[in-house]
Amino acid sequence: MKLIGEKGVRVILLGIAFSALSALLLIALFIMSEGLPFMFRYGLKGFLFSSEWQPDIGRFGIFPMIVASLWVTLGAMAIGAPLGVAGAVFLTEFVPRPVMRVVKPTTELLAGIPSVVYGFIGVIVLAPLIRGHFGGPGLSVLAGSVVLGIMILPTVISISIDSILAVPQSYREGSLALGATTWQTVHMVTLKAARSGIIASIILAMGRALGETMAVIMVAGNAVKIPHSPLDSVRTLTANIALEMGYATGLHRQALFATGVVLFVMIMVLNIVAGLAIRKRVGKR
Amino acid sequence: MDPKFDIQGLSVYFNRVPYLWSVHLGVPANRILGVIGPSGSGKTTFLRALNRMNELEPGSHVEGSVLLDGQDIYHPRYDVVGLRKKVGMVFALPVALPMSIYDNVIYGPRLSGNQRHRQDELVEISLREAFLWDEVKDRLKTSALRLSGGQQQRLCLARTLALEPEVILLDEPCSGLDPISTAKIEEALTLLKERYTVILVTNNTKQAARISDNAAFFLMGELVEAGSTEKIFTMPGDHRTNDYITGRFG
Amino acid sequence: MRIPPRLTQAGAFFILGSATLLTLAVLAFIIGFVLQKGLPVLSLRFLFTNPQDMGRAGGIFPMLVGSVLLPVLAVTLATPLGVGTAVFLTEYTRESRVTRLIRFGTDCLAGIPSIIFGLFGFIFFVTTLHLGWSILSGGLTLAFMILPTIIRTSEEAVKAVPKSFREVSFSLGATRWQTVRKVVLPNALPGIVTGIMLGVARSIEETAVVIFTAGSSLRLPTSLLDSTRTMAVHFYILAREGISTENAYGTAATLVILVLAVNLLAYWLMNRVMAKRS
Repeated sequence: MKLIGEKGVRVILLGIAFSALSALLLIALFIMSEGLPFMFRYGLKGFLFSSEWQPDIGRFGIFPMIVASLWVTLGAMAIGAPLGVAGAVFLTEFVPRPVMRVVKPTTELLAGIPSVVYGFIGVIVLAPLIRGHFGGPGLSVLAGSVVLGIMILPTVISISIDSILAVPQSYREGSLALGATTWQTVHMVTLKAARSGIIASIILAMGRALGETMAVIMVAGNAVKIPHSPLDSVRTLTANIALEMGYATGLHRQALFATGVVLFVMIMVLNIVAGLAIRKRVGKR
Repeated sequence: MDPKFDIQGLSVYFNRVPYLWSVHLGVPANRILGVIGPSGSGKTTFLRALNRMNELEPGSHVEGSVLLDGQDIYHPRYDVVGLRKKVGMVFALPVALPMSIYDNVIYGPRLSGNQRHRQDELVEISLREAFLWDEVKDRLKTSALRLSGGQQQRLCLARTLALEPEVILLDEPCSGLDPISTAKIEEALTLLKERYTVILVTNNTKQAARISDNAAFFLMGELVEAGSTEKIFTMPGDHRTNDYITGRFG
Repeated sequence: MRIPPRLTQAGAFFILGSATLLTLAVLAFIIGFVLQKGLPVLSLRFLFTNPQDMGRAGGIFPMLVGSVLLPVLAVTLATPLGVGTAVFLTEYTRESRVTRLIRFGTDCLAGIPSIIFGLFGFIFFVTTLHLGWSILSGGLTLAFMILPTIIRTSEEAVKAVPKSFREVSFSLGATRWQTVRKVVLPNALPGIVTGIMLGVARSIEETAVVIFTAGSSLRLPTSLLDSTRTMAVHFYILAREGISTENAYGTAATLVILVLAVNLLAYWLMNRVMAKRS
């Protein structure tokens, strides 16, 4: 250590501190270098908006996959967001603090269950249920949305709880002192104050749902077609990459990387928006 | 006899705001200097300027010179790390590092790696000088966090002494302590001045009158008056000094 | 007709409570289901023998090894980088454009989905660097993936060390690096370890990344360049190919127990740190 000296230590640490950024750039570089040339050679419009995905004859339209990813993700949000926010509100405002302190880490623990397990249970339990009650193959947009919705619950609950806890107690006291009930205080004061944090958690969860791979592969059916009903089988962008990467070569492989680029961009945008929302909340404090 | 510290035109700014303004002061060696004045008068800023601790705050800026044994400690090439070993500091709130008593005391010497052969000796001497040895000699390896406030403060003193400094700076060391602990620390300081130069910031004028040889009165960032304790407390030259000492404000 | 507030309050309590209970029930069901079907399959033999007949019979020992080696490798690489970044951000600079850039990079990295990591690992480590499908490729890719987690938790742990400790250390003549090494890091250690455990948990459950970088060999790995299959991958293959539902459940149960144990350890540690602080 004495050989390097204090200045040396600082330089080394500075270099180390850039490792995350470098990793990001490296990843972006390699993914883009494999995917972008393809996108421009094949044609952006044809790639993004054509519904023909037939690699053996050189057709690479990922429109059905984009639609599928959007449907499944939005479906997941429709299920996971209300449940998650409801749970967060209940745990912070309607229940004694010690209970929340036990339940919150418990839900976070459950986030540790591997996605493949969720997917499997979706196949064994959920798909037959859907098939039996609603018809269709069972492995569907609906199944995917439900499974993903459950998977993102811990994220939404956790961050929403944090946001609600960050609302100053004085806001609540002011409302209660004016004779409002807890529920009235919650939906007229607390939720409004915690709004940006909760929205940020939802957007973050959306990013996770978009990027989920293993569970949707198992449960959404993987048919390459534009869904017309929640009972249709679909293939998301992530599933497309994962399923075909194993044996894809040449142009096909590049197409899959290009799919990765599309996914990358979509999620980057979502994360930046979420980050801005979170920063706004912290700034308000 | 040359003063230990020769301070000329010292001004300290934080983010362009002056906290200390144009201080001229000579600090005699082997004496206790009591630095008095109301809160916010710049006493702590002054003290921390003597071992360059102000630099830890971002946005700090110093003008003027502080000569320690004839050398300006603010010279760009002056060894700051060595300075802090020569000029030790005890803070207002006792901060025992979360380690054993032994490890706390020997922390400073261990940093430079020498004195490895006399560690035990150094720890004992330092704890004795701080009037803490008898109370902890049987439990040197236990956690320092278990000591009482007064004991922790004496531990902080011992920690500083272990570096064998030449100057000891103390920033209101007895402010949180009971009278007995305070008495013990004052007793220690009175004996220490034979080997060290002691500069003591205190809000307690009676304490300054009790143990210091010289006194310096600060008000709103300026040094109003300095001289022997006897003179300052019986015949102060400035009426503001008189007002403060007689308790008319502060 | 306005609904009286007391009614909306009761209604809200009921609805929100039901939603919460539903959530908890579903999550509990999932764990219960897996354990119920999988625990009977679990035995020491299951854990410590090699698979036979493509996994139709035998145990999951090589997968257990793989599931341990990959996270260990990932954590070994990510921890110095992550802690170093955290130390730099807290101790060696002030908030500036540089730190904002670093944080932006970290946040973005955290948001990248695992499939993209899988693609990257494949194209970079497996192909370009010629490491092939191997533990090395897998571990390196996973390290990138868990880096943001370790940076975040380490930064929080380092920030939580009281300023006064640093002040004291400086006043005793320590340099900044000495203060970091002797005072800051030892005190931040529990928080840092929590982050490491979270990273380990994430690596254990990762599937997409591992398939594309470490492959899916059933053999017991003997070197870092060998391909290996983790329990998560094994479970996926068993389940999807319909090879053996029984063994799939057994693998899943082992996985779930392992991940829960690591997470529990991490939270217990974090709670101890919180308690000590207050």
